Amino acid sequence: MRIGVITFPGSLDDRDAQRAVRISGATPVALWHGDHDLQGVDAVILPGGFAYGDYLRAGAIASYAPIMAEVIDAANKGVPVLGICNGFQMLAEARLVPGAHTRNAHQQFIRRDQRLRVENATTDWTNAFETNDEIIIPMKNADGRFVADSETLARIEGQGQVVFRYLDVNPNGSLNDIAGVSNERGNVVALMPHPEHATEPGFGPDTPEAMSSGIDGLKFFESALRVLATV
Amino acid sequence: MTTPTTASADTVTNAAATPEREQPYAALGLKQDEYLRIREILGRRPTSGELAMYSVMWSEHCSYKSSKPYLRQFGTKTTEKMRKNLMVGMGENAGVVDVGGGWAVTFKIESHNHPSYIEPFQGAATGVGGIVRDIISMGARPVAVMDALRFGDIDDPDTARVVHGVVSGISFYGNCLGLPNIGGETYFDSVYQANPLVNALAVGVLRHEDLHLANARGVGNKVVLFGARTGGDGIGGASILASDSFSAGGPTKRPAVQVGDPFAEKVLIECCLELFQLDLVEGIQDLGAAGISCATSELASNGDGGMFIELEKVLLRDPTLTAEEILMSESQERMMAIVTPEKLDGFLAVVRKWDVETSVLGEVTDTGRLVINWHGEEIVNVEPRTVAVDGPVYDRPVAYPTWIDALNADSASRLARPTTASDLRDQVFRLVGSANLADKRWITNQYDTYVLGNTALSFPDDGGMVRVDEESGLGFAVATDANGRFCQLDPYQGAQLALAEAFRNVAVTGATPVAVSDCLNFGSPENPEVMWQFSRAVEGLADGCLAMEIPVTGGNVSFYNQTGDVPIHPTPVVAVLGVIDDVAKRIPSGWQDDGNNIYLLGTTKAELDGSAWAEVIHDHLGGRPPVVDLAAEQKLADLLHYGNEQNIISSAHDLADGGLAQAIVEGVLRFGVGARIWLGEIIERDGVDAATALFSESTGRVIVSVPREDDVKFQGLCEGRGYPMLRIGVTDSADTLEIQDVFTATLDELRTAHRSPLTERFGATIGA
Repeated sequence: MRIGVITFPGSLDDRDAQRAVRISGATPVALWHGDHDLQGVDAVILPGGFAYGDYLRAGAIASYAPIMAEVIDAANKGVPVLGICNGFQMLAEARLVPGAHTRNAHQQFIRRDQRLRVENATTDWTNAFETNDEIIIPMKNADGRFVADSETLARIEGQGQVVFRYLDVNPNGSLNDIAGVSNERGNVVALMPHPEHATEPGFGPDTPEAMSSGIDGLKFFESALRVLATV
Repeated sequence: MTTPTTASADTVTNAAATPEREQPYAALGLKQDEYLRIREILGRRPTSGELAMYSVMWSEHCSYKSSKPYLRQFGTKTTEKMRKNLMVGMGENAGVVDVGGGWAVTFKIESHNHPSYIEPFQGAATGVGGIVRDIISMGARPVAVMDALRFGDIDDPDTARVVHGVVSGISFYGNCLGLPNIGGETYFDSVYQANPLVNALAVGVLRHEDLHLANARGVGNKVVLFGARTGGDGIGGASILASDSFSAGGPTKRPAVQVGDPFAEKVLIECCLELFQLDLVEGIQDLGAAGISCATSELASNGDGGMFIELEKVLLRDPTLTAEEILMSESQERMMAIVTPEKLDGFLAVVRKWDVETSVLGEVTDTGRLVINWHGEEIVNVEPRTVAVDGPVYDRPVAYPTWIDALNADSASRLARPTTASDLRDQVFRLVGSANLADKRWITNQYDTYVLGNTALSFPDDGGMVRVDEESGLGFAVATDANGRFCQLDPYQGAQLALAEAFRNVAVTGATPVAVSDCLNFGSPENPEVMWQFSRAVEGLADGCLAMEIPVTGGNVSFYNQTGDVPIHPTPVVAVLGVIDDVAKRIPSGWQDDGNNIYLLGTTKAELDGSAWAEVIHDHLGGRPPVVDLAAEQKLADLLHYGNEQNIISSAHDLADGGLAQAIVEGVLRFGVGARIWLGEIIERDGVDAATALFSESTGRVIVSVPREDDVKFQGLCEGRGYPMLRIGVTDSADTLEIQDVFTATLDELRTAHRSPLTERFGATIGA
């Protein structure tokens, strides 16, 4: 399985996402923002970072990047697409997933090991979980506050498009504690926390068992691989 | 749109013809004798462009004119062992150390103090940016940053302004660069009220064959400026800001602070690494202090000696800039490369890929002169070494401080020590909840530690640790330390204490210390007592490094850290780099399991002078700092190393500020696992009282936790190596810390006390 990771000039966690793909047993493929070519990958990851500097709304310019036309096309055909942090912002700006992001309610950048609840374990990136699984995934963002109008909120809550919810602490003021969402079809999933940083023992979040031992992020990639194996 | 300045600048011809013209050398920070020396070197008056160049390059910040004679010790007090793994030493952009397996690590710490007081956000942000560019210019990929911060009194209303600005500046810039921030330290003391210290450290990693030095060799090679455009920010940052003191009622100097754009720097990092990787450049020099003046004169001095530049080719943000301003501008995110003509097309293709603006300014020559033209007229014609290397050197007057004997005589031993259990408990809580011993997560939670996926340890552990090689697990650890209070009491010993503590902080992570970088923060060198402090601190550090046989690989001197005539405490921040063959062997600073035995390594003496206890409980600073025994520190580090190799140490935590009490509290709070501690055997063996056992800051001490089944082995190890060891407690599943016969506290109580000082002043810590 080949999973593409798109690098924008300001991508920061792109190599990390590639490493996570490798750990999960798939082959990472580096994709470039300026190309109109997904190189035939089976799934696509939009990694964290600051795409083009995010001087405007985060992800706003990136949603018009040359490669995004291909991503939108692939997403509409059912290719699994995962947006992480800045990738979530891009997918929201590109209208592939609902909602938008503003500055964190407390106005600060925040990095913490975050507990999440899996609300929907049927998407292409969460089917290896059980619904209501509680997982620990690192998060780190300044513009991570998920917002949407009340109609949209009601709709995505009703349709199971809320995929992850923050537990214990809402770290950025996101509405309904929403940490991650999907499109209606469930092949495009986007979240603020960073699953790629919870895939390698020794470099993940602390867990009650041991420091840096959290690898709950692995199941994101395993989920996509399951889907691809059945295609 | 303003008309671009093509107005005739002061040319060399004009300067020769008008020797009598008055020049504003004093306003540019030059002394009269320095100005006269420039005239002597040139055999005429300098042009205004040359004057601009000399003024910035001969500034204290760039020329090290007051410190140079002392800094030589770092090169002379060395042994073969110290030189063995040193691939690049002092004098380059950053030192480079061979860490084995074909890998090298480069690191350096640098000050950005003065800008961070005027404009804390941009000052701190560009401090990170500047040190990262130093790392890139060595051919290395930057992989981590950390910061040593000193702020004023935590309760002074202005402190919050500086703290918020500095922390968000570091957070913004470092996080946007995608560099994990893996540690550092933060102190509050009124001596830094109007002169905070922001010392930024960066670490880079490279393969041996990727090492590059910045020099301009090869006649006909192109001199290329790339990165951000040149603007009017930071003009005179080095000469005016960093080389003078703040005075009440003086000009605000705001235009001298640079403004940073981390996205531009992130792109520049990737662009430079690709240029190096494709072998398209001979060398790259970053533009920091003194901008183009520095880059051209240093590149030429380090190379074939000649360079020709057409200054009007510099891409400008502000077209009204004069030639002199362009020469002096400290606009950020710029680099200068030397490129052979046949590789120029390849070079331009890479910068285009990264959308980095570029202009070819000129070329390397064999004239031995740095010649700069402005619209066809020669405005600079100098021998580059006279600008960059052979600046003035001062043998500043040194005077033994009139006040220091009285200060040393005023020992903390006369202060009342607590004797009852309730007083001891009360004082432990006051210390744990004091500004300098408090939990700093309000700050560190604003930094990304995860990015790049190689961070093995970060705060609140004693040192940060990063994996270098994903195959073997090879990694490095870094820690910074400096106790300004100890240095005020005795700068020689204080500098060695900083070295000993940073060394120990690296050793407790399981890494072996191998190299040092330093950032020497002092008051005005024109004050003979400050020069005495400086000379003693440098001597102490150089002697200490020689004794421990780890080389100083580079660093930075920051003078003029004072307000009015009150200098800061001498603050020589020492960064120690260590190597570990597999980061999987890292040791955390706190215990994770109950039922482990807790050992105290080292002995406790009645050393409360200059301690956190003396400060917090008695607001006292006096006496003599703790004795430092560098041989013992090495023995301790060896012991930890071998214990870790046998996998019998589950945690190790350095004892420093706040002594044993602080270390134990941090140990239980690290992972929320309690402990029972008894002091009786320390009191008996070392002949001290309970207060001394808890609060003394004697050196060479570490607490370790050892799984029960490894007890015999561990005790044998300590006995075999003759290192003092006492079992002082056990880790405990109860959510309490019990210090027998003194008090029992819940972890929640301790956590609240430890975390509240910063959040009470600066705002909530999210989710804590």
